[in-house]
Amino acid sequence: MALKTETFLVNAGPQHPSTHGVFRMRFILDGEVIQDVEPVFGYLHRGIEKLSEGLTYSQDMVFTDRLDYLASMTNNQAYAVAVEKLAGIQVPERAEYLRVIMAELMRISSHLMGVGFLTNDIGAFLTPLLYMYREREKILDLFDMVCGQRLTYNYMRIGGVSQDIPEEFMPALKKFIDTLPKFIEEYEQLLKTNEILLIRTKNVGILTKEAAINYSTAGPVLRASGVKWDIRKADPYSVYSRFNFEIPTGTKGDVYDRYRVKIEEINQSIEIIKQAMAQLPQGDIMAKVPRVLRPPKGEAYGHIEGPKGELGFYLVSDGATNPYRLHIRPPSLLNLSPLRELVIGVKIADAMAIFGSIDICMGEVDR
Amino acid sequence: MTVELLATEIVSKLEAALPGSTVESSGYTVVIKDEFVLKAANFLKNTAGLDLNYLNYLTATDYTTYFELVYDLVSLEHNHKMILKTRLTNREKPEVASVVSIWKGADFQEREIYDLFGISFTGHPNLKRIFLWEGFQGYPLRKDFKQ
Repeated sequence: MALKTETFLVNAGPQHPSTHGVFRMRFILDGEVIQDVEPVFGYLHRGIEKLSEGLTYSQDMVFTDRLDYLASMTNNQAYAVAVEKLAGIQVPERAEYLRVIMAELMRISSHLMGVGFLTNDIGAFLTPLLYMYREREKILDLFDMVCGQRLTYNYMRIGGVSQDIPEEFMPALKKFIDTLPKFIEEYEQLLKTNEILLIRTKNVGILTKEAAINYSTAGPVLRASGVKWDIRKADPYSVYSRFNFEIPTGTKGDVYDRYRVKIEEINQSIEIIKQAMAQLPQGDIMAKVPRVLRPPKGEAYGHIEGPKGELGFYLVSDGATNPYRLHIRPPSLLNLSPLRELVIGVKIADAMAIFGSIDICMGEVDR
Repeated sequence: MTVELLATEIVSKLEAALPGSTVESSGYTVVIKDEFVLKAANFLKNTAGLDLNYLNYLTATDYTTYFELVYDLVSLEHNHKMILKTRLTNREKPEVASVVSIWKGADFQEREIYDLFGISFTGHPNLKRIFLWEGFQGYPLRKDFKQ
């Protein structure tokens, strides 16, 4: 008698340790091999784009903290850049440098979490992640020093930053930047040539260069596939054109490359922070911005290179105090577009590695 | 810096390939008629020298008398960009061709617009609500949406 086989459905999420938030994937499995997947979104949808239409431009800033909550500083910056472009506000130089320092610290923190959670997903349960939390903690302490917050900073404002750095900040930042390479080296020894990590990540989830572009992916996902595209270089904003740094890229576009690109970017961020600390000018930290901002009629798109990719805000103004339309270009959502193509035909355990390497934050996917 | 393509040049190229497709233009923004979206997208992506291979974002705005769709197109190769727009005046049944066959990155974004604006994309492989649940009444990002 012939053996009767059939496919079956497995739900991963919405509450699952490897889905990084409330995200659900409906897998159709043939044994252990994935035949199809349907991503299910919306568990964290708060309608931020709609809410923003009802509040003033400066009030909307607080929503951005709640997008990618592992990178609130860069969300603040992207929104500020967009509004400044719309209203034609010139940001003082000192504020731009402070923004760069905070944004690069945020990138380091976000990438550490990205790599930490990836190792978590492929079975190195909690140990590497816990060490990465140790470094992130120091970054959060630095942010706490400048704005009194550890998660939702609201530090960058339209026209500058909310307050200047306190006296103790620079010595603490210097100490952190001097010691960080030693700790990164420690992670490299733990992970870079670890046999289990290599087997689980090399040649898994290969995203070709053409597919990465066609799927509108951005950030480390796009660069790991070999596309040298970084908004900081391609369309420089703030004062990034004054710093020397490289854009790390991968060659294959597999999970390993996505992990490597993040670590290399941390090293580049350290270099940028060092240069910004050396060049930091004196002066104002806030441009003269009216209390109630009324940008002229029109539209603008401001974008930055966030830790997870290009984060942009498309704003339409009808001359009133609140935006007529606010659209967020969410790198996390768009980086998920190739997910289905990547996981079909692989084993379910590898799907978790692939998903982890894309490094998303649900606050930004669902908005 | 990412170079902004001149809209007037894009218009002359589009008009040569697809006569009667453009409505107006300014800066680096070109507005085209809605029935030409798919053909224009194909032309902009596959014409040598333009090579707009990257759909940066796709969104819509409700101007109460019409919906405006915004396609932000970038060429990663040449580092230049442009904005393609189209307007849909039929409020009861807004409909436009899907560009998923040109840029797969449009998939989730078209679903998002369908979900929040109620604009249908013909030819989309899996057009259903993305954030809100099936059975939700209304389209929240429309200006006449009442809670």
